[in-house]
Amino acid sequence: MPAKNYAATRYSSLDEINGANVGKLQVAFAFSTGVDHGQEAAPIVANNTMFIVTPYPNIVFALDLAKPGAPIKWSYQPRPAAASQGVACCDVVNRGAAYSDGKLFFNTLDDNTIALDAETGTVLWKTKLGDINTGETITMAPLVVNGKVLVGNSGGELGVRGWLAALDATTGKILWRAYATGPDKDVLIGPGFRSFYPSDKGTDLGVKTWPTDAWKTGGGTMWGWIAYDPDLNLIYSGTGNPGPWNQEQRPGDNKWTTTLFARNPDTGAAKWALQYNPHDEHDYDGINEHILVDMTVDGNPRKVLLHPDRNGYLYVVDRESGEIVSAKPYGYVNSVLRIDLKTGRPVMNPDKLTKVGTVVHDICPTASGLKDWNPSAFSPSTGLMYIPHENLCMDWKSRPVSYIAGTPFVGAEVVSKAGPGGHRGEFTAWDPVEGKAVWTIKEDLPLWSGTMATAGGLVFYGTMDGWFKAVDAKTGELKWQFKTGSGIIGQPIAYRGPDGHEYVAILSGVGGWAGAIVSGDLDPRDPTGALGMNGVMADLKTKTAAGGTLYVFALPKS
Amino acid sequence: MSSPCRNPERCAAATRLLSFALVTAFAVGANNASAQQSTAPEAQHGPNEVFVTGLFPNGGAPPPQDPIGARFEGNKPAIAAGKELFGQMNCTGCHFNGGGGMGPALMSGHLRYGGRIDQIYASIAQGRPNGMPSWQDSLQPQQMWELAAYVKSLSAPASASASQTAVPGASVKP
Repeated sequence: MPAKNYAATRYSSLDEINGANVGKLQVAFAFSTGVDHGQEAAPIVANNTMFIVTPYPNIVFALDLAKPGAPIKWSYQPRPAAASQGVACCDVVNRGAAYSDGKLFFNTLDDNTIALDAETGTVLWKTKLGDINTGETITMAPLVVNGKVLVGNSGGELGVRGWLAALDATTGKILWRAYATGPDKDVLIGPGFRSFYPSDKGTDLGVKTWPTDAWKTGGGTMWGWIAYDPDLNLIYSGTGNPGPWNQEQRPGDNKWTTTLFARNPDTGAAKWALQYNPHDEHDYDGINEHILVDMTVDGNPRKVLLHPDRNGYLYVVDRESGEIVSAKPYGYVNSVLRIDLKTGRPVMNPDKLTKVGTVVHDICPTASGLKDWNPSAFSPSTGLMYIPHENLCMDWKSRPVSYIAGTPFVGAEVVSKAGPGGHRGEFTAWDPVEGKAVWTIKEDLPLWSGTMATAGGLVFYGTMDGWFKAVDAKTGELKWQFKTGSGIIGQPIAYRGPDGHEYVAILSGVGGWAGAIVSGDLDPRDPTGALGMNGVMADLKTKTAAGGTLYVFALPKS
Repeated sequence: MSSPCRNPERCAAATRLLSFALVTAFAVGANNASAQQSTAPEAQHGPNEVFVTGLFPNGGAPPPQDPIGARFEGNKPAIAAGKELFGQMNCTGCHFNGGGGMGPALMSGHLRYGGRIDQIYASIAQGRPNGMPSWQDSLQPQQMWELAAYVKSLSAPASASASQTAVPGASVKP
């Protein structure tokens, strides 16, 4: 699975590559995917085979690691509908596959989940889950839990109603589907539902916290990460932003958008919910990763999850009860003053609320958040969390928008800009016990890549101009870097090869929301382009070009 | 054989390889196709030359060169009406103020399916295979011409682009 384990720590216990020898790291092999859009996927390694999924057209490659140069073992082309490209909000990305029990599961941009025989690439089943004519796409990496493939949709910028579904891993049959909005029976909220905070309690809040019928086009898509606690038998995943972005068209809390759900993976039944951003008015989705950690809080051991929200706050949440243990900003934030631990709700800065017809300046963080989808890592050896994130702010003007199925349902004109200091990215090592940053690396460009920590005392990440970096996990000191062919927005992994040695892999190929200006050949003269990202990424075309290449690194053979 | 040959080497090779009858039949067929293709640069072709340009994408035929296009192109009230529609129909959601996002940029002067106003009209009316919706059942021809006039104006020299004020590269003070 892309997150390495169910706790989603992205921590590799391999330690052959360490601070003393990483300087000698060199390319073992490379592989062109032939697709030059944003490569957000994590390579997956199982049975001496590496599996990668490309952005649209979602080609799957299996590379034979047991042979010199890792030749193609098989490849599979699902041939998704071309029109799906036109309803994908933020480049035509795919965040990777999941391997379980001899099968490889992945999603296509045109709303299919496909199971392949991992040995041969033969299709075992294919299940259609959505309709691109409503603006619905799938970009997330599935997760397999208890023989079920968990999949969620994308399309929060097109008024798509969010859902998370479970498919039988053997047959592809849909076992349950939990919507993010609507009546409790659709959200799979039943008698066992026990939220911690009063505003997350009540019946049919997914209807009552909206104007009439607005929940039907209200977003809350589930395009991010899922974590799983086998002891509690609970899955944790967040929902996306409400639609439209123009908040004046949807008075109310807009449940259950931007909400963390704890659900039983067997039935989908919600155990509790925590809405991070009630009535969100800045596009602060709640889909970022939840890393499951057991840690001591005020002298007591607690099962918690760590969540760096788009709103800029690092939430430590009790994963049994849904109580927020702490919530501290991990970068510069001015739109949210603090998180009220009594109510669980953010206290908003009234000067940064959005309005129709008025440009509200310098809202921090920007719409893509202090951090977007790109996942953090947690190292049990340092006790630190490593957060690749942004330092961006924005100007925002809302305007009325009509719902037209299959077209964007946004109603806002946004221009992003660099945050304080002028640098657009930060890589922060965070102590979740103390609730503070231990060190921070400033990066010129926003960080849109994931990260990985290793037992070798290293942390890996990439930059949007193509540098792949290893830094010391304790100090942040740069230990090694390599310039790849295109900007990096992928997820680094480490694996033990058939020869017993440690390898590190990353897909290079710029794109995604922040890199769409390059992968989509957008025009930098319009700063509102790409939902306002053009305003702050105008120089990216002078720093990198589109690509799509896998790089695998190893120490020289001795 | 009445077709003039623009490439003597290729013509000579064709004469060697093909029988007279076959060459004649092929040339007649090519001339008929050319006659139907009103935008063809030349009406006559040799046996080993075929058009690789001038085809219309998406299997459709190009709309006739409707003189109405000239009435809308550069027409300020039409452009203003088109800009209004561009927002109302959520075109801005994909193309923004011409810079593009989910959809391609429209202000660069290069449009995949043609940058003439009647070609832009056809793209709006018919839709295009990578996700551009078809609007001919939702909008009146007049409205689509106004939209086309606005889109055409985006790539005009010194076009006004974004309506907001932020200077790219500016950063926020804490």
